[in-house]
Amino acid sequence: MLALVLCLPALVPLLVIVQAALAPQAEIWAHLSRYVLPGVAFNTLKLVIGVAVIAGALGTALAWLTALCEFPGRRFFDWALLLPLAVPTYVLAFVAVGYLDYTGPLQSTLRTLTGSSAWVPPIRSTGGVVLVLSLALYPYVYLLARTAFMTQGRRAMEAASTLGLGRAAAMWRVALPMARPWIAAGIALACMETLADFGAVAVFNYDTFTTAIYRAWFGMFSIDAALQLAGVLLVLVVVAFALERTARGASARFSSGRDLAHRAPPIVLGPRLRWVVFALLALVFAVAFALPVLQLCLWAFKHRGDIDLRYWGYVGRSLLLAGSAALIIVAASVVLAYLARHKQGRIMNALLRLATIGYAVPGTVLAVGIAVPLVMLNNGVQHLLRSWLGAAAPAVFLQGTLVAALIAYVARFLAVGFHPVDSGLQRIARHVDEAAAGLGVVGAALVRRVHAPLLRTSLATAATLVFVDVMKEMPITLITRPPGWDTLAVRVWEMTSEGEWERAALPAVAIVLAGLVPVAMLMRRSDDVA
Amino acid sequence: MFRPPFLRLPVLGVVAGLLFGVAGCAPQPADELVVYSSRIEALIKPLFDEYTAQTGQKIRFVTDDAGPLIERLAAEGANTQADILLTVDAGELWHATERGLLQPVQSETLEANIPASLRDPQDRWFGLSVRARTIVYSTERVQPEEMDSYVGLADPKWQGRLCLRTSKKVYNQSLVAMLIAEMGEERTEEIVRGWVANLATDPFSNDTSLMQAIAAGQCDVGLVNTYYYGRLLRDQPDVAVKLFWADQDGGGVHVNVSGGGVTTHAPRPVQAQQFLEWLSSPQAQGMFAGLNLEYPANPTVAPDPAVQVWGEFNQSEMNVAQAGELQAAAVRLMDRAGYR
Repeated sequence: MLALVLCLPALVPLLVIVQAALAPQAEIWAHLSRYVLPGVAFNTLKLVIGVAVIAGALGTALAWLTALCEFPGRRFFDWALLLPLAVPTYVLAFVAVGYLDYTGPLQSTLRTLTGSSAWVPPIRSTGGVVLVLSLALYPYVYLLARTAFMTQGRRAMEAASTLGLGRAAAMWRVALPMARPWIAAGIALACMETLADFGAVAVFNYDTFTTAIYRAWFGMFSIDAALQLAGVLLVLVVVAFALERTARGASARFSSGRDLAHRAPPIVLGPRLRWVVFALLALVFAVAFALPVLQLCLWAFKHRGDIDLRYWGYVGRSLLLAGSAALIIVAASVVLAYLARHKQGRIMNALLRLATIGYAVPGTVLAVGIAVPLVMLNNGVQHLLRSWLGAAAPAVFLQGTLVAALIAYVARFLAVGFHPVDSGLQRIARHVDEAAAGLGVVGAALVRRVHAPLLRTSLATAATLVFVDVMKEMPITLITRPPGWDTLAVRVWEMTSEGEWERAALPAVAIVLAGLVPVAMLMRRSDDVA
Repeated sequence: MFRPPFLRLPVLGVVAGLLFGVAGCAPQPADELVVYSSRIEALIKPLFDEYTAQTGQKIRFVTDDAGPLIERLAAEGANTQADILLTVDAGELWHATERGLLQPVQSETLEANIPASLRDPQDRWFGLSVRARTIVYSTERVQPEEMDSYVGLADPKWQGRLCLRTSKKVYNQSLVAMLIAEMGEERTEEIVRGWVANLATDPFSNDTSLMQAIAAGQCDVGLVNTYYYGRLLRDQPDVAVKLFWADQDGGGVHVNVSGGGVTTHAPRPVQAQQFLEWLSSPQAQGMFAGLNLEYPANPTVAPDPAVQVWGEFNQSEMNVAQAGELQAAAVRLMDRAGYR
């Protein structure tokens, strides 16, 4: 019951989508299925597979290196590689296209020097979108895989080597399989973010389900067709999840739960290899973060006249919303993860699965899917009050308050909080609970003394992801905010919606800066733990 | 219960947030006008401020894309606080009237100030500025005599020389809708197929990139809204790209409007009407259009000097409401023609 209440905000938009799917519009669907769906389905598939593979491999490899190996700059890269999380994907996309397209500095210089730039592969292509989204989204995988490797990787490697496995075999057969729940959760988040992305694919004019959904809504004025397309998308996500779970099988992976404070020695890389690793990580950091942010800073400087006292308000409101949402969502995730642990069952599983797929729905659709029912709830309450109290009834405005915004954030970002917490809890074996019970540690004491220290990094991971995601979130903030309650993300929308991309750099830089603070805090803290 | 220290700050945040939330529940002052606007703050707030300074009428506003704003308005129904809906596209206003969200306004002032083709035939909304979409060309590789109309861009002589913005943008959707109104679906589809066949590269995501591609030599002609050209000139005064007024011997330049109307359940309809009337007046019109280098909807008002130098042109006299009516058909037509 409690689980149902916590999941309710996330389920409401899904109900709206399902309800719309019950009344298909034959005429529009005949058109969509002939001219639109085949193309966008294929494009979306290519995109999701590409991002899953590249962001998955990149995130896992980088996490492996920074968590388990020793090489120059490790401590820096350890947290720096997370920074791209704070850069909104559409920003990275805009900078990448600006630099690498025909009119960009690279091709322009080539034409001046050699007379032709025709051999440069076009950035506005499937490969370009996949690359940009992978660079923007690998931190989801990185952060979760890093948590896995840090909490047990070295111990696992050590144990495997005492059993006679070589380093490579230990990695493939022990450490990676043990980290799988985390890696899978990270890839799932990156894929859902890809499915929901509108900003980046719009910059590339790459057609996906999301663009088709917006085209049906804004172009054909049919929100029903848009919701039905979102329904098709959700069915695909459910199928993908089911496949992943079948592939993962019943094999459980538990950490020993012991010796976390024990620091196994890092893997020391060879003299040449360590510099290769350094160069590789520096390249990723430069391309995914340093260069785009440098470009943003240049643009922001050009429009520095836009800075005024109101900026403190934007920053404060962004931090307040993101902080509140992070707290609420992590708390809800912890409760849900515990309920799932103790009341395992089909219904519970299905409920959680449903409650976390909303993340794959395009933001504006989800925003309307939650805002419209909230407005109706508000009207209902108002109506009741009037019928009881008559004209003296106070006016109720649930919509346009922060309560509405926070409920909507829960609907959108529950997956982001739940996946890391659940992965963390899954790895605490039941025999740990049993052993603790044998020592008389049960209930709250079990949670506080045994689970909490083991979950700490996972909780911090979840809080960081939610925090940064809410900082960047636009459509929900736009539709639910009270008048005058503008945030940094709202400022970005104000500029980009009339095509003033360069002027959007200033609030975008502010998002990056304000998003960095918690990331840095998290990293230092988790270093202490590990 | 375990509470990690890094959560303490957010705890304070939530408490403060809920307090603010409750504060947000306070009923809003009954005499403040409320505007839902998809015209962004920078382009509209100066007018709100000016009106408040002149009349004392306070105005509160929320900005968002028109789609979500219209859904919100529809859901709020009779309980809405919004008096006025402002958009940057006639199609959205047409859509709002289809949903029954705007009410007719009987105003001699508005009828006198805003030409019939730029407002709803039933006076439920009024265009307040004109956004013209026309041809741009490279001054290095194209002579003005080579161009004539939107239809002409489908001519094979432009093969590999045309740049277009994505068909997802409403400006292109309403342009094609107006071509359908003028020539019928069949002929329009031929034209759009001709455009697609002439494309030099994949459609761009915005007008500015398109003009830069013309300047860099990737293509020679394209279609843009004029204020983007104005912005480009501000950044690069010497750019080798110029505007060409399309269809001057035929239907005239395609125009869309940014405009607004009074909501059906407006709590303050009288004040809302007065504000719209003021927006259509000569003193407000210069500012409304000038902030974004658009054209005033009121024909007695001259555009910004930076805009005047592009010369005068005949604009299409078809009612812009048709763009909304035929927009869905236009989108489907572009899907069929492979215009992405």
